[in-house]
Amino acid sequence: MKKTDRASRKFLHFSFICCLCISLLSLTLLTGCGRNADSVVIAGSTSVQPFAEVLAQDYMASHPGVSIDVQGGGSAAGIMATQSGTTDIGMSSRNLQGSETSLWSIEIARDGIAIIINPKNPITDLTLQQIADIYDGKTTNWDQIGGKKGEIDVFTREDGSGTRSSFESLVMGKSQIMARAMVENSNGAIRQLVADDPAAVGYISLGLVDSTVKALDLGGIVPSRAHVVDGTYNLSRPFLFLSLKPPEGLVKDFIDFTMSAEGQKILYDQGLIITVTNP
Amino acid sequence: MKMKNFGERIPQSLFFIIALSALTVLALITVFIFIEGVPLIAKVGFFKFIFGMKWAPSQGFYGIFPMIVGTISVTLGAIILGVPVALCCAIFLAEFAPRWLSDIVRPAIQLLAGIPSVVYGFWGLIFIVPLIRNYLGGPGLSILAGSIILAIMILPTVISISEVSLLALSPLLKEGAFALGATHWQTIRSVLVPAAKSGILASIILGIGRAVGETMAVIMVLGNAVALPNSILSPVRTLTTNIGIEMGYASGDHQQALFATGIVLLVIIMILNSLAQYSIRRK
Repeated sequence: MKKTDRASRKFLHFSFICCLCISLLSLTLLTGCGRNADSVVIAGSTSVQPFAEVLAQDYMASHPGVSIDVQGGGSAAGIMATQSGTTDIGMSSRNLQGSETSLWSIEIARDGIAIIINPKNPITDLTLQQIADIYDGKTTNWDQIGGKKGEIDVFTREDGSGTRSSFESLVMGKSQIMARAMVENSNGAIRQLVADDPAAVGYISLGLVDSTVKALDLGGIVPSRAHVVDGTYNLSRPFLFLSLKPPEGLVKDFIDFTMSAEGQKILYDQGLIITVTNP
Repeated sequence: MKMKNFGERIPQSLFFIIALSALTVLALITVFIFIEGVPLIAKVGFFKFIFGMKWAPSQGFYGIFPMIVGTISVTLGAIILGVPVALCCAIFLAEFAPRWLSDIVRPAIQLLAGIPSVVYGFWGLIFIVPLIRNYLGGPGLSILAGSIILAIMILPTVISISEVSLLALSPLLKEGAFALGATHWQTIRSVLVPAAKSGILASIILGIGRAVGETMAVIMVLGNAVALPNSILSPVRTLTTNIGIEMGYASGDHQQALFATGIVLLVIIMILNSLAQYSIRRK
């Protein structure tokens, strides 16, 4: 009696382990065959990513059965992945340079960069040169540029950020952002800190400026969508979709959707600047 | 008889395999970090990496010395602010507190350990940073702010291990001291604390380990500037926050440099943990 008992318990153990193995195996197999013909992979700039995700959601809602997978990685990674063909559409938040220009590209929208300060700060207007001098450490006190006496708290984005590299090429030129500048890794963090600190200066996406901070005029030009479109406010960068070859099939359809009045309205509503059509 | 052995052995070996998998994960992580990070240290040069003053991965500069200084200064600040408080609290709980009071205080301190670090960081950003900015000057984001947050975060570790090592002492020590006519305070000062020295030391070392490894809370209050600080009101970057703040966009050499930062951290933590083990065993 006891022997059969033990044997049956052993059998139970054995079958339990078998079940576990089989379920694990089938799980890995199932996830392995997730990719099918009706899917598009988009990868690249994390600045463009949230907007591409919104576009993808809307597109998938009206095209059941199609899956659009949006991934980050940064502009450089997106351009590389497009060149190597590992992604269908690449995203870049800076202009293509050198050999990259052989890729097919389209500007889906523009994003302005606003220089922000605390609303309590009396300054309303600076030139690009004055801003560059603040960021490379030549100007350290607000009273040197017509403000109230007080050390300037300089905030910048982390190395590798697309916003930072655009800021560097548009504002800094040959000079460099000083090591003493404080580094935060999101637009939101910089906006929060500038809103709290009366002596702070920072830069964020124009679409994310709200009433808690003050966006500076640049040499008399108010930062606004209209001034980005007509080119007078020149702190702006393109948001690009890239492709190895001129797009066709599903990829073309998705890009056409992005450039359509409907797609452009989505981007406009999300705070971007539309240059192609007026929604 | 053989059947019985067999039935005993199945769960035994199963548990062994599962226990082994935990170790395997540790080994895998360590090996992976080293494989990713060592090539960059070799490329940059060990001394240039550790003692380099400039960190600008997009321009090819990979010096982490300002971050090592940042880690040391913030941790030192946390120890100076936190350890005296923690030791007083541990001595109070072990020696003075009536039962009902220690039954309230002890779980409350354990609760401190349960608060997510991002909440500490957020609280520091909203409460501590403006206080420092308004009353002491500077941007507020500073070594001081980080030290205050970390001092609070290491309290549960230091308090509970010191308290346990005080309570674990033989009652004979205390009775002997009393019998010699020592007062309670004299007993604590010259008998109990010296006897529990190794445990207290271990608790401080584990507290240092916690402070060195903390990321999320300090990312929000340190300012993360990669420059040598010139006062406790200067912003600094620690080794952990360097990884936390830059991993989003890092690729290629930049990513490897972050793994290399991880190697330095891992080595520091390993040394601290071995020191703690050593000081506990020496007893």
